[in-house]
Amino acid sequence: MKLLRDVWLVFGRYFWIFTHNPAWVVIGVVQPLLYLILFAPLLKPLASTPGFPRGGAYNVFVPGLLVQLGLFGAAGVGFSLISELRIGVIERLRVTPVSRVALLLGRALRDVLTIILQSLILILLALPFGLNINVIGVVVVLALIALIGLLTASVAYAVALWTRSENSYAPIIFTSTLPILLLSGVLLPMGLAPSWLRNIALANPLSYAVDAARAVFLGHLGDPSVVKGVAIMAVLCLISIVLGARAFGRAVA
Amino acid sequence: MAVGVVDAAIETHGLRRVFKTRKQVVEAVAGVDLTVRNGEIFGFLGPNGAGKTTTLRMLATLLPPSGGKATVAGCDLLTQPDRVRKLIGYVSQAGGSDYEVVGRYELTFQGRLYGMTREAAGRRAAELIEMLELEICADRTVKTYSGGQKRRLDIGLGLVHDPKLLFLDEPTTGLDPQSRARVWDEVRRMHDRGTTVFLTTHYLDEADALCDRIAIIDYGKIVAEGTPEELKRDVAGDVVTLTVAGPSQNALDSLKDQPYVREASIEDGTVRLYVDRGEVAMPAILRQLDAAGLQLLTIGLHRPSLDDVFLRKTGRSLREVAA
Repeated sequence: MKLLRDVWLVFGRYFWIFTHNPAWVVIGVVQPLLYLILFAPLLKPLASTPGFPRGGAYNVFVPGLLVQLGLFGAAGVGFSLISELRIGVIERLRVTPVSRVALLLGRALRDVLTIILQSLILILLALPFGLNINVIGVVVVLALIALIGLLTASVAYAVALWTRSENSYAPIIFTSTLPILLLSGVLLPMGLAPSWLRNIALANPLSYAVDAARAVFLGHLGDPSVVKGVAIMAVLCLISIVLGARAFGRAVA
Repeated sequence: MAVGVVDAAIETHGLRRVFKTRKQVVEAVAGVDLTVRNGEIFGFLGPNGAGKTTTLRMLATLLPPSGGKATVAGCDLLTQPDRVRKLIGYVSQAGGSDYEVVGRYELTFQGRLYGMTREAAGRRAAELIEMLELEICADRTVKTYSGGQKRRLDIGLGLVHDPKLLFLDEPTTGLDPQSRARVWDEVRRMHDRGTTVFLTTHYLDEADALCDRIAIIDYGKIVAEGTPEELKRDVAGDVVTLTVAGPSQNALDSLKDQPYVREASIEDGTVRLYVDRGEVAMPAILRQLDAAGLQLLTIGLHRPSLDDVFLRKTGRSLREVAA
């Protein structure tokens, strides 16, 4: 009970900060729009290429875009934590009896909420372009994106707490997220890739999330890849929460 | 803990903290034994890098000790950090309020972290705003605050749950003299309400003016502990300077074997007497000179400053080190 209350309190704080900064809200809405308008049209002619999955450009592209949103939307969250470390906010929170798990979860759930809202906007905007998905599909895919966001945010916060400096945090986060993203088939399906690249991608947990999202968008909710993708993300998510909460609990010099 | 002061707010035995870097192992706190009594203002003095903040952060549950034991607010630091957290307040050097957030929100939120209801936390925030005279800025974001206002808000965050024991890390560093005086007043008011205050400082005048007792830490070890008066007396006692009509040597000869005089010398025709307690020695000196038939022209009493104490204990002046 105390944990839930603490999570709610911490979530409330970061939600308050978010909503009191209109710039973030605007960026949050504009970003998905840019992807849709500036990138998606390039895919239309590709949809007839051999190896390109069936289902039309938008049904292939939007799930990848959502996964990317989950990953990149959460990868940068450590920057705000580092500035809070510097001005003593984190230390002040850590000296109160508030749960260490809540210090992580409260703020990570705020990040997840913004990602979910962005994803919803993106899905709604893509509908007139020819995206085809039912309500259950949307719910499943949003749950998947939430897991990806929570996983990434927890890892990002842990890295921020370990490094304590933007100069170490930025290279670690960006050099690790880029190959993970490229090897997941987010931008272009891995079906187009040569076999060696496809084999490397098999080791990338995110590619299972992308497969799951694509299956949902093709209407194959019962496909084993959906369960597999969600399960892999859920397990990794739990591990990352434990790691992140420990980073909050452990003192940082 | 077998022995100890019953009424201790903090008691540590051999408290240590080691930091490992890639190249070396640094012992930031090298076995600290401290006793802070309930209700006192305790000053922790030392140059930058002496281990003040590291000790403070260990006592405030932020940093696990590498060795030793401590009791804080009656609870064991190592086994009951959660109970310690409920009883202490801690204000770091950096402060702790977020620039993007409104002061009143910060105070209310902090109260809720200690389990208060929304209403109780709001009432407590209003109380603190009044007490710390933050009315004019309470409903603005912290980035609009002056240095003194922000510091008072940060102190308020540490006071939300009315802690028994408050840690203040360098509470007046970087403040102008007026804001500094206000922080001092605040600390004295907490003291009057019965709160134990443990503060670090590298200002000797602050320690002298504010603290009931102080400890000096250098290279991770306590080199002196006591009331400011005791420490100053330990170092040199007091200094009495006097001049007489006629040869100074006569006065020196008459006084140098008196039991209360530790050391005597003549510098530029002035007799300098090192005594344990100047206020006791002065009347005796006057009587002795009278009896010897010497006419006293001037007499002065000088007390050593904490800077003398620091110099004597660490071999350097705190002012040089701090600069």
